[in-house]
Amino acid sequence: MGLMTDLLCSGHAACPGCVEALSLRHVLGALGPDTVAVIPPSCLAIMAGPQPLSGLRIPVYQPALATSAASASGLRRALDALGKKDTQVVVFAGDGGTYDIGFQALSSAAERNENILYVCFDNEGYMNTGAQKSSSTPHFARTGSTPAGKPTRKKNLTAIMAAHEIPYAATASSGFLPDLLRKVEKARAIRGMRLITLLVPCLDGWGVPEDQGIALARLAVQTGVFPLYEVEDGYRFTLNEPHKSRPVRDYLEGQRRYRELDEGVVATLQREVDEGWARLLARL
Amino acid sequence: MSAAETRSLLTGNHAVAWGARLARPKVVPVYPITPQTPVLELLTEFQAAGGLDAEFLTPESEHSVMAACIPASLAGARVFTATASQGLMLMHELLHYASGARAPIVMANVNRTVASPWAFWPDQTDSLAQRDTGWVQLYVESAQEALDTVLQAFRIAEAVSLPVMLNLDAFYVSHALEPVHVPPQALVDAYLPAYAPEHFLDPERGESWGNVVTQDMYRRHRKSLGEAMARVPEVAAEADREWQALTGRGWGITERYRCEGADLVIVSLGSMCGTAREAVDALREAGIAAGLLKVRLFRPLPAAELRAALAGVRDVLVLDRNFSPGAGGVLHQELRGALYGMKHAPDVRGVLAGVGGVNVSAAMIAELARGARIEDIVPEAVWA
Repeated sequence: MGLMTDLLCSGHAACPGCVEALSLRHVLGALGPDTVAVIPPSCLAIMAGPQPLSGLRIPVYQPALATSAASASGLRRALDALGKKDTQVVVFAGDGGTYDIGFQALSSAAERNENILYVCFDNEGYMNTGAQKSSSTPHFARTGSTPAGKPTRKKNLTAIMAAHEIPYAATASSGFLPDLLRKVEKARAIRGMRLITLLVPCLDGWGVPEDQGIALARLAVQTGVFPLYEVEDGYRFTLNEPHKSRPVRDYLEGQRRYRELDEGVVATLQREVDEGWARLLARL
Repeated sequence: MSAAETRSLLTGNHAVAWGARLARPKVVPVYPITPQTPVLELLTEFQAAGGLDAEFLTPESEHSVMAACIPASLAGARVFTATASQGLMLMHELLHYASGARAPIVMANVNRTVASPWAFWPDQTDSLAQRDTGWVQLYVESAQEALDTVLQAFRIAEAVSLPVMLNLDAFYVSHALEPVHVPPQALVDAYLPAYAPEHFLDPERGESWGNVVTQDMYRRHRKSLGEAMARVPEVAAEADREWQALTGRGWGITERYRCEGADLVIVSLGSMCGTAREAVDALREAGIAAGLLKVRLFRPLPAAELRAALAGVRDVLVLDRNFSPGAGGVLHQELRGALYGMKHAPDVRGVLAGVGGVNVSAAMIAELARGARIEDIVPEAVWA
């Protein structure tokens, strides 16, 4: 990975062991200093603040929650109009701000093929408000608003965004850093709308020990729950290593959000993962 | 464009688009809505024909339009947009965001009824309901005033770092054709130099916007916003005087029409003032000392000017083409507040006239004025 310019300062307010902060540090390093970030309300915004301090060594604009992609579009166009075409405009948003309230604006920015890089730090719920369900929360996961487990499945953001036929859409996991950095660097060199859905386990929201975040981010990929892949122009699919090789049970164990799952539920989740994996292979 | 001023037959909407073109905005996010659409269409035609060098965005909603306007402005670009009614309602969250960010965006709003039920008629409830959002608000009466006000609005916005909304009534102003003087580009460039803000988002500067603040920082920020608002009457008056020196056309932040020695003064906003002028002429003809006070700058409300203009007047009749349920007419309410505590304050009566776009004729206004003295003073506006 070589030397990295540290664009995330120490002393920010993320939880101890936070996988999101670790990921942000590396994503920023791959982007470099000629970048302006748009960060809506989220744990990321906590890391960026509070005034008069800044956790990031680049300018940050913090928009209203529903408006990340629209705000980034306006910023991009202004920089273009002012002749600053090489400056990267990047969105760092959570899954609530992306899959839910920010989705309409995101879809529109994709349709306009705005020249922005949108990184969704996906921790599968509204973790900054204390772990409530978002449309990214997976099936059967318990959250503050789904105490008996979420009755429906996780929305497939990457597939939906790829269906907009944007130049680049990819999944990534904090557990596979070289793959993540390769994707950020690849996305950085492409013009137009780019999306990276980055899985970041939330220690508190998922109910896992401080030292297990990265292990879980790896298991999510190894069990096929969160496959790593890239989609170019909406149709060229590439599957990235590692592939699905372990049972879903290995991923579920040790996460309090999946406590007390009966065998039937585990079997249902395994079937959903197997079917999803088969559908992905069919698109390659 | 030639160096000389041209005279064209323009609608209010097209006059707004000409004003925007002459202001040379760099970013124009915009979403279509009746009756604002001709503004959008003429601006995009200007751009397509090479007459306007700006980045255009057509997002999926007015919410995203205003969302795009704010950081574009904070990056240092001059930003223009236009909307109406539901579009303005959808922007509400971001109107606060824009003024909080001290972004000098200029927006034209075509005043139209607010649903439900659906309707498309002139009614100013849409913009008056945004009076607490930190936007400067101007109301215009004609296509010429609309064009001139777009340019003055940028001068005001950039001088005080606040967004400015200019409001024109649906159809009466937005779609009525009038002869309009279109000033030459060189004149406008001299009046409105390129936007060069002190602060802007740029990696080389490292300034950010929107971080979480403490209670005291928030309080200080709001106070400073209020101080900027307080400067607006003077700044707007100066922007208007300078425009008048260049073009011969001045509009004032308020306008007194035949108020000399008036016993009764009609007060209103926007196109209603045109009709009220006729009523005043008819009343004067009949020997009644009536006048009109047009409020062009509504936010901030120029209380000192209003008090001076109404000193010594016996009766004031406020005509509100808007309705705030539970409060009545917004201008009536605001004017009563502005005159409160004034020695020998006039008797102020409020009439809800033209709500929902119903026609208000000059004869009707004259009749209301004649009857005003007879009616008891009540705190609420009454329905015409």
